[in-house]
Amino acid sequence: MVNLTIDGRQIKAREGMTLLQAAREHGIDIPTLCHNDALEPYGACRVCLVEITYKNGRNRLVTSCLYPVEEGLSVSTNSERVTANRKILVELLLARCSGEKVIQDLARKLGVESPPFRPEYIERNACILCAQCVRACQEVVGVSAISLANRGVSREVAPPFLETATACIGCGSCVYICPTQCIKMEDVGDTRFIHNWSVEFKLKKCKVCGNHFAPEAQLEYITAKANLPPGFFDTCTTCR
Amino acid sequence: MAARVEAIVAKFDGDKGQLVSILQDIQEEHRYLPREALEKASQLLNIPLSQIYSVATFFRAFSLEPRGRHLIKVCLGTACHVRGANRILERAALDLGIEAGQTTSDMAFTLETVNCVGCCALGPVVVVDDTTLGQMTTDKVVPMLERYRQ
Repeated sequence: MVNLTIDGRQIKAREGMTLLQAAREHGIDIPTLCHNDALEPYGACRVCLVEITYKNGRNRLVTSCLYPVEEGLSVSTNSERVTANRKILVELLLARCSGEKVIQDLARKLGVESPPFRPEYIERNACILCAQCVRACQEVVGVSAISLANRGVSREVAPPFLETATACIGCGSCVYICPTQCIKMEDVGDTRFIHNWSVEFKLKKCKVCGNHFAPEAQLEYITAKANLPPGFFDTCTTCR
Repeated sequence: MAARVEAIVAKFDGDKGQLVSILQDIQEEHRYLPREALEKASQLLNIPLSQIYSVATFFRAFSLEPRGRHLIKVCLGTACHVRGANRILERAALDLGIEAGQTTSDMAFTLETVNCVGCCALGPVVVVDDTTLGQMTTDKVVPMLERYRQ
C-alpha cells in the first residue's frame, strides 16, 4: 500500500494505481474528458491535471490519469494553480467546440462564461479530439479502422486517406463511446451506415424473429476471433 | 514497388518501431509516400493502415502527394522572417507560378515553407534538396532556380 494525501485527506492506495483512480475511489472528483475506464490512460485532454508536492517540497502540475501514486505525495485537485490552468484549457476547448454540451457543462462548473476570444475565432467543432473512438477501435475492438490524422489545428479523426474505413466492421463502438455524439450511425432496414467513415454494412437477419440485429462483418469478425462454430449468430441474442 | 518496400522493411528486420525510418526510406525512393507503398508496408509490418496514415500525416517531412525533382524549402522562422523571407517566398512563387505547398506541372519543383532550419545567422535561408543557401536576396532567387532547372 502507498500512503499519500489528496486534498488534505490521508489516503491508502494500491501500488500502480493512478492519482485519478485513487482520488475517485475516495470520492474526490477530478474532471476528465478523454478518460474512459475501458481504455488505457491517454492524457490528451489534460483537464484532469492536479498539483503534486513531493516530500522535498517541490511541486508541479501533472495529469492525474497518467501519474502513478507515490509514497508521501501530497496532491491538490483544486489549488489556485490547478483551477487557473484548468480554466485556460476549458476556455480553449470551448472556443473549439462552442456548441458541445460536455464542454459547456464543464465550463459552467469552472465558472467560464465564454471563451476570451473574438467571435471570429469561436468554432463549432463537434469533435473534442479525445480520441476515445480511435482507442476503442484499436484497444477494445482490435480493428484500428480509424486514427488521428494530421496535426495542430488540422488534426482530425479520420479513416486512412480520408476515404472509406476499409477495416471497419460496423460494430459502432466509436459511436457509443463518443462523448459528443459526433459520429453519425444509422440502421435503415437491412443496412447500417456510419456516415463519418463512409461505410455501409449489411445487417444479419435473425432466423427466428427476423430482426436485423448486427452487421454481418462484425459477426464474422467475432466468430473468427472467438473461434465460434459457423452459424453461431444465425439467431439474435434475444431469440437464443 | 512492392519488392522495394519488402527490401526496405527487411532492412529494418520488420521492426514496427522503425516505422518512421521505413517511411523515410520509402520517401527517399519516390520523393513522396505512394499509397500502394503504405498499404504494402502496413501488410508487411502488421500495422493497421490507419496508424501508418496517422504517422505519415503527422510529420511535415512526409508527403502523400508526388513532389517535384527539386524540393525548395523557404525558411519562415523568426530570424529569416524579420530579414524578409516572405519576399523571397513571393519571388520564388511568382517565378515558378505556384504557391507554397504546390508542385510545378512539369514536376521540376515543389515549393514549401519551413519554420526554422537551425542556422538563423545565415538568414534568410532557402534549402534546396540538401543544400542550404544562406543570405538569400530576392535577386538571387531566379538565378538559383535557373541553376536547378537544367
